[in-house]
Formats: sequence, C-alpha cells, structure tokens
Amino acid sequence: MKVRVAHLYPEYLNIYADRGNIAVLTRRAALRGHTLEVHAIGVGNSLEPSVYDLVYVGGGQDREQALIAPDLAAKGEALRAAHARGVAMLAVCGGYQLLGRGYRGRDGSFMPGAGLFAHETVAGETRMIGDVLLDCELEPGDRQQIAGFENHAGRTVLDPGAEPLGRVVYGFGNDGASGLEGCRLGRALGTYLHGPLLPRNPWLADWLLAQALAHASGGEAPELGPLTDELEAAAFRVAASRARKRGGRR
Amino acid sequence: MGLRLAVETLTARAIGALSRAGGRGGGTTVPGKVLWKVDPAAVDALAARLPDGVVAVSATNGKTTTTAMAAEILGADRQLAWNRAGANLLSGIASALVAGRGADLGLFEIDEGALPEALARTRPRVVALGNLFRDQLDRYGELEIVAERWRAAIAGLPATTALVVNADDPLVADLSDGRVGAVRFGLDDPRQARAGLQHAADSKYCLRCGAPYEYAAVYVGHLGDYRCPQCDHHRPELDIAVRDIELRGLRASRFRLVAPAGDTEIELALPGLYNVYNAAAAAALSLAMGASLEDVRLGLERFSAAFGRFERIPAGGKSVVLLLIKNPAGANEVVRTLEIGVPPVLVVALNDSIADGQDVSWIWDVDFEPLLEHVGLVIATGERAAELGLRMTYGGLSRDRLEVVPSLEEALDRGLSLVEAGTELVVLPTYTAMLALRGILADRGAVQPYWEDRRT
Repeated sequence: MKVRVAHLYPEYLNIYADRGNIAVLTRRAALRGHTLEVHAIGVGNSLEPSVYDLVYVGGGQDREQALIAPDLAAKGEALRAAHARGVAMLAVCGGYQLLGRGYRGRDGSFMPGAGLFAHETVAGETRMIGDVLLDCELEPGDRQQIAGFENHAGRTVLDPGAEPLGRVVYGFGNDGASGLEGCRLGRALGTYLHGPLLPRNPWLADWLLAQALAHASGGEAPELGPLTDELEAAAFRVAASRARKRGGRR
Repeated sequence: MGLRLAVETLTARAIGALSRAGGRGGGTTVPGKVLWKVDPAAVDALAARLPDGVVAVSATNGKTTTTAMAAEILGADRQLAWNRAGANLLSGIASALVAGRGADLGLFEIDEGALPEALARTRPRVVALGNLFRDQLDRYGELEIVAERWRAAIAGLPATTALVVNADDPLVADLSDGRVGAVRFGLDDPRQARAGLQHAADSKYCLRCGAPYEYAAVYVGHLGDYRCPQCDHHRPELDIAVRDIELRGLRASRFRLVAPAGDTEIELALPGLYNVYNAAAAAALSLAMGASLEDVRLGLERFSAAFGRFERIPAGGKSVVLLLIKNPAGANEVVRTLEIGVPPVLVVALNDSIADGQDVSWIWDVDFEPLLEHVGLVIATGERAAELGLRMTYGGLSRDRLEVVPSLEEALDRGLSLVEAGTELVVLPTYTAMLALRGILADRGAVQPYWEDRRT
C-alpha cells in the first residue's frame, strides 16, 4: 500500500536529523511491502487535509522556526481537519511546540501555533539538555519505553486533561517539573525527543506506520510483522543507559 | 614577570611535568587548569609579554589544521607558544603560555564558546575566523547565539587588532561589516562548486531579510559565493582569493593564491576543498602578521597534517589514516574526499563524551550514502557503535557489509587484518575516539605521543 507523507518545511526544520525519522519509516514500510511517498510542503504550499496519511514536522533553530511559524499557524485549520480525518502525525521539538497554541518569548511576545495540541510553551532561561527515558502506553496494556535526547529552552505545559506521550523516567520532559513528556492526541504525537527518535525506538516507528496505514486503507491499524531489530535494540539499550547515567533530573 | 606570576608559572610547569611523568596523557591542559584556577589574570600577563603578540584562530571546522599551517609559516623564524594538540579552552591556552616560556608569538586555536573571554584576555594582534557550522548543539547552542557572542567580542577589540574572516560564510563575513582594515578571504573557482546546498546546510537564509540566498557557487556546506535575490546582501569583495584549484585525489591539491601583494602557486600535501579553505585562512592571517607571499608558500608546502586530521600512522607494514569527523559539515567533506577512491574497508568510530557531543543525532545529517554504495565493509565502533550501525543500514548498507565492534582496539585490529600489506586502513573517528586510537597506536610504538610531537 502507498503511504503518503507530508513533510513540513524540510528546508527549515531539520536541525536534529529529522531525515533519520523519515528514513526509518521509509525502510520499515518497504520491508513490509508498503511504499512511503514523501512530499515536501514548504512555505506557501497548501496542505490538502484529505491527501496525506502522515504529517511530519521537525525542529529548527530559533531563526528558522520564526521564519516558518506564521505559515504553520496559517495551516492550523488544515492540520486540525487532517487530524480529525485520522491522519497520523509526528512533531518533534520545534514542530511539537508550534503545533500547540503558541510560544511565548522571554520578551513577552507571542508566536501563535497551529492549535492542534492543547498546550502552550513559554521560553525558559536555561536549556534542558540531555538523554531521556520515557515510559509510555499508547495502547492500553502495551507498556513500552522510549529513549531519546532533548535540547530545548521552551517549557511546554499541557492543558488539564491533555494526554502526554509518556512519563519521564530520566530527563526533563515537557517542562522539567511535571514529569510528563510530549503530547498524544489520537493518532498525533508530539515530543521533544530527537536523536533521531525512531531508529532506536522501532516499536514507535511501527505504531506510527500502522496508524498511517489505517488512514490509507480506511480500516483498522494493521499488525505489522516483526523485524530483526537487533541493532535497534542494542542502540536503545545504550541510549537508555545514558539516560540512567546522565539524563537531566526532574 | 612579577614574582607571583613567576612562582605560579613554575608551579604550573612542575605540575605539567608530573602529569606527563605520571602517564596521565600529555599534560596539555593540567598545568593550565591549575594556573587558570589559581590566577586567571596570569593568562593576560603571560600573553602581554609575548613580543610578537598573539594570533587567535576560531571556527567550527578546521581550526586545528589552520593553526598548524600558520605555525609552519610563522614559526619558521620564531619561537611559538602554540596549543598544537587542540586543547583550546582557556586552560589549554594557559598551558601553552606556560610551556612556551621565551616564545615570541602566541598562536592559539580557540574553542568557539571560549573565544570572547580568550580575546578579552589575550588581546590578539590578529583574529582569524573561519566558519560556523551546526556542531554539538548540546554544548554550544544555536549558530546565531555563537555569532552574536562573537560579534560582541569583536566589537570590544582595539582598532589595532586585524580581523581576518572567511567571506564565503555569510554569518562570519558579516562580523567584519564596518570593521576598518578587515581582511576577507574566499574561494573563487566555480569549477570546484558543488551541485547545490547539502542537506545539512546552515545559514542559507539571508541575514538581512530571510530570503534564501542564491549561490553562484557552493564550495563546502553553506560556504560559497552567495547573493540574496530579494535585498542583494552578498558575499563581500575578496581581499585574498584562491583560484585555479586542482584537487589531486587523496593526497594533494594545488591552487593559486591571489593577494594584494601578488600571486603565488601553492602545492598542498593535503586533499579536499576544506583544506584549501584552511590554507587560505592560514595564508590570510600570516600575511596580516607581515609574512611574505614566499613565506606563506614555503610554509604551506612544508605542511603535512595536523594532529589526527588526515594523519597517516604506520602500523606493521600497513598504515592507518585518521580523518577526524565531528559534525555534519566536516564529515561531509571527509566523505567527499573519500569518494574519489572509496576504500574497501572503512572503520567509523562514534563516541559520545562531552568533547564528541553527547547528542549523536548529527550522524544522521552526514551524507554517508555515496560511500555506502561502494564500500566493501564498514566496521562501526566506539561507545555508540550500534547507533552508527543503524545509521549505515538505514542509509542502505546491507547487513552483511556491516560489522559492529564497540571496542576501538578490536575494531582497529579487525580493520588492519582486512587491508592488504602496503595499503592503508581509513578510519573516521570522533574526537575522543581519535585520541584513544592514537593512544593505542602510540602504545604499539607506531606514533609519538602527542605531547612529544616535533614539528618537521
């Protein structure tokens, strides 16, 4: 089956190896006989909510983020419509911040976001940097872990009732205080973790892929056959041990 | 020298000797750390005593090589206080000052983050700035932040300090805007241009208006001949230009250096356009120090390799070539150099200590793909060997052409066992992996420990 991916602003938001995430999705799809077709969506390009099965938004440096923020905010309605149709989404770091209501700078300025996730981000004085380990349970009863790396000055606060992606075992997470990391809204995930995220967390890559396939087929998320994932597991173990040893503390 | 300073430097020197005697590495920063802790102002005083002053070099990529090239040119008739092994924080500079008693000239490569304080303390005669690429974002922060700190530091320099900048890097060139007497160097040979900007290119949007720059030529990363189609912000005029570049495989390059004083043809025993940039920077700063074009040519032609940067080390009838990789832009240039003749076996070593960058995501921004098509075998090693292996397999390397060997020594031996006698094993290590590999080869007597290196 063909999975159509909208990769938003790849020219601007690519600071933490976002293409690693795309490469993982592409290859894991191919190994199951599916084809990932990645479309770059830039400033001024329209995002047609019914066309894509997965939307990917990466992170950028402050300057690049500021350059695309107005365009992303203008795409808010299309993104919310796509989400309502069951399109899967992954937003990392700056992309995660900008899919919320907005970002308040230290000078009090407010940069409006796309308004998909129920959260708001405030610039902090210090950066939260380091390895992270999360516990999460995207499907009831299916407890998993995610290992990644975070580097952000923004503190993201979820609205009451909003669901996090996971709970911080080691690291800072959304705000360094709540013990929560990321945001999950149906098939949409937002997170500060890069590293990139998917290579060493293959179960998460497969979960996203299954959600995208569900949208593509109009049916249920399929069971994807297991892959060897021996290197993936080894990379996860090392990253998780790094988080244990030197991740930030809440 | 005041009595207090004399006592402090003697103490620091004794500690350096103890550190070496105790086998704790080169003692390259230990005495400086002590002096730096005891009395930071000693750095100011020691630097002020150098009769020929101080030359400071900073950049994301190439500062060790540029500084070593400048040492070859400027050290021909001078004693140098020089941090040759790349200990480039204030403590390393303090150590070089302590060790270089009686030196004429201080020649320092300086960490990007340490540059403002180092400039304020050493008051250089010449400051040469090469480039800013994304590098260790976990440690330095974003490029614009580094550039802003540099800008403030440069504004604090006296008018007598000569500023030398790479005109081909928009962010770096802009630091010279309005500075009287600034020297701008760059490449001027569109035949050597890349087809376009690479994936990991930085600073590709106009500093003034944010529109994407148009490039008449892209040479390395985002370095090149840029112009904004919207507001016309463009590369400044070159005071020192490199023309007629010929790249000769893995061994050498040749180019013509065009300066206000005249032209000279230079043969460089190093491959790659990035080393042409390093040579241009070394030439420009040496000319600013009063060297002649002939001094520059002779110095650059004598130069072979800096510490761990295209360094060839003999190893039992074979040799090991170390090509340091530390960020996407630098690693892409190493890959580009190797594309000319892809080695049958490649060892890539990824560590994640602070000096390597704890965030290893940068390996996904390196375009390894051109090598992966043709290489026979990749041996992934280091603390993050598995992560590196994943990068290679997701980049298209089949699993049967990948070995994951976390131990550096085992990986080195495995690689050496696979290359034929009389040939070389190409190793791409990150910084601490390079130090460790060099240490392993030193233990086998193949290379001098770095604190005993002698300039040829």
